[in-house]
Amino acid sequence: MTPEELHKIAETELEAKQKIPHTLCVCMAAGCVSTHSDKVKESLQQAIEKHGLKETCKVKGVGCMGLCMAGPLVAVAQTDALYQMVAPQDAEEIVKNLGKQPVKRLACDTTQPFFTRQKKIVLENSGVVDSERIEEYIVAKGYEGLLEALTSMNQAEVVEQVSKSGLRGRGGAGFPTGLKWGTVAKARGERKFVICNGDEGDPGAFMDRSVLESDPHRVLEGMAIGGYAVGASQGYIYVRAEYPLAVKRLKDAIKQAERLGLLGHNIFGTTFSFNIEVRLGAGAFVCGEETALIASVEGKRGQPRPRPPFPAERGLWDCPTLINNVETFANIPPIIRNGGEWFAGIGTEKGKGTKVFALAGAVKNTGLIEVPMGISLREIIFEIGGGIPDGKKFKAVQTGGPSGGCIPEQFLDMPVDYDSLAKVGSIMGSGGMIVMDETSCMVDVAKFFMEFCMTESCGKCVPCRVGTKQMHELLSKITDGTATDENLAMLEELCDVVKNTSLCGLGMTAPNPVVSTLRYFRDEYMAHIHDHRCPAGVCKIGKEQLATV
Amino acid sequence: MVMNLTKPAMPSDDKRWKIVNATMRRYGHSQHSLIEALHTVQEIFGFLDETALKFVAKSLRVPLSKVYGVATFYNFFTLKPQGEHTCVVCMGTACYIKGAPQILEAIEHLAKIKPGETTPDRKLTVISARCFGSCGLAPAVAFDGEVAAKVSPAAATEKIRRWMNS
Repeated sequence: MTPEELHKIAETELEAKQKIPHTLCVCMAAGCVSTHSDKVKESLQQAIEKHGLKETCKVKGVGCMGLCMAGPLVAVAQTDALYQMVAPQDAEEIVKNLGKQPVKRLACDTTQPFFTRQKKIVLENSGVVDSERIEEYIVAKGYEGLLEALTSMNQAEVVEQVSKSGLRGRGGAGFPTGLKWGTVAKARGERKFVICNGDEGDPGAFMDRSVLESDPHRVLEGMAIGGYAVGASQGYIYVRAEYPLAVKRLKDAIKQAERLGLLGHNIFGTTFSFNIEVRLGAGAFVCGEETALIASVEGKRGQPRPRPPFPAERGLWDCPTLINNVETFANIPPIIRNGGEWFAGIGTEKGKGTKVFALAGAVKNTGLIEVPMGISLREIIFEIGGGIPDGKKFKAVQTGGPSGGCIPEQFLDMPVDYDSLAKVGSIMGSGGMIVMDETSCMVDVAKFFMEFCMTESCGKCVPCRVGTKQMHELLSKITDGTATDENLAMLEELCDVVKNTSLCGLGMTAPNPVVSTLRYFRDEYMAHIHDHRCPAGVCKIGKEQLATV
Repeated sequence: MVMNLTKPAMPSDDKRWKIVNATMRRYGHSQHSLIEALHTVQEIFGFLDETALKFVAKSLRVPLSKVYGVATFYNFFTLKPQGEHTCVVCMGTACYIKGAPQILEAIEHLAKIKPGETTPDRKLTVISARCFGSCGLAPAVAFDGEVAAKVSPAAATEKIRRWMNS
């Protein structure tokens, strides 16, 4: 593959595209597929053939359009028309109306804040390109970042642009990406590796899944640029086996890129070679922790080991390893294309760029969103999310999954970035954002996350293995209505011990949901302990007590 | 040192073992292909039995204890055969607060089994999952691998009743 050939592919694809005036884009990401968008796509195709419009209309499958709750979604390319909750029998009407007024009955308002308040960098191609065709990605400036890096930048310059961008790890901890890349680049070792962490284990998070399903080439390109910058020629992408569609698209994407010579030997005629293999996770939350993930790639039980040495120095098979999250790699191609300064111009002082969130729970518009850093939680939940359904009252928003915390109403106007979320006892996390209304019991929620951490604890270190079990038992006592003040004191002490003495991130952050709910919703704990009642009416004790009164 | 590179014979004439062999060959029978090999076994046989674990252990020259350790460490692997139909209830945060526990309760009540168990007639296996990543469509349940969105306890039990009576 030469640079000219890459541009030729883009030109040919664009020409073919311009010949067809109408294109219907059907969302084929997992969310819409589970509401049978594949059948909608079929019937649209049939309707086009039936009306003899094959020359002027085309149907294509695209990635996630974001508004999962209104699926299956169908967009008419180059227009504002977006159809929601489309059924196969609507196909005929949609096809007939192409080029005329859109079908009112099915129209989804694209001027609502859900669409207008977002800023898309990572998701710029999601819902636009056909994720199963590399040519479409190339038209959307795909692999141009890699081309530029390989042909007009040296390794240090690539690292410099990433540093300048201010990009921080999107897996949750927010470590500066440029610093990590620089460390691996400087590390000594004959062999180095790049690993992409796609083990999205947080319950309530599906950003990485959507990115991998909607725009897999973007992640591959980011990894290849990373490989060039640090001097690695082999990459692994670790994906959950629970995401079969993402795995399939990724494997297909790797084959396509290899076929065109965008992965493999001597990419763009340079001396740089890079290969990527997919590795399947097997359902262990702890494998999201980098050293556990590395053990899993090596075919072992996914148990973490103490750091340092950090993977940047001794990672996969004891070689220097660059390990970043899916979303982090997905940010790389546009940073190289547009320069680090462009990226640094978006967001806040300490949080640059955008963040993808999976918005779910008690909120009207559930789905996938991408917003600039620094936007307030209130804007996300009440404008983009459309507020709380059924006239209920907002209670808390949970970010960061089992490692995060619950944020109450008084902090809704706080800007969203790594530091401000940490200040109120939560974390940015990978991007799961679950809204809870008054029907959720915060003690029950804390227990839910503790049960998760207890089961997912790998068992290597005592504080996490035993501590999470003890904390879960104490929380169960509270939700049963049999706890005492001493039990609560013990719980608080355990939070402190487990946080400070666990080996890896899983244990260190496991107490977060308890600590944050105790901080903001202590009255609910007290109601369970002293009054033997559950204010939200979730815990069984409340109902039984009422029945006997 | 001369390594003994002869591969163990396939456990039976079942042609599916060839697929398992192919996976291991793709990774040069290296020890780090253990998880991939187990994935292949589970994909084609539905679960990992002792024969399979022993075969993979010998082929990759990994101690059986380690193979067993890996197979039991990861939730995705199962050592028990599954029922004819599987119902996986997502218990992720979004599904949890939108009523997944009530769905599971209704199913448990109907099928008289707990998550992870299979009915005595081997018709149904019920599993609770960590998170499908279908949070936008909570609560979600996968019936025989097909994810259904916004499921009610009644809809779930209706589907299962049909399976059990079929």
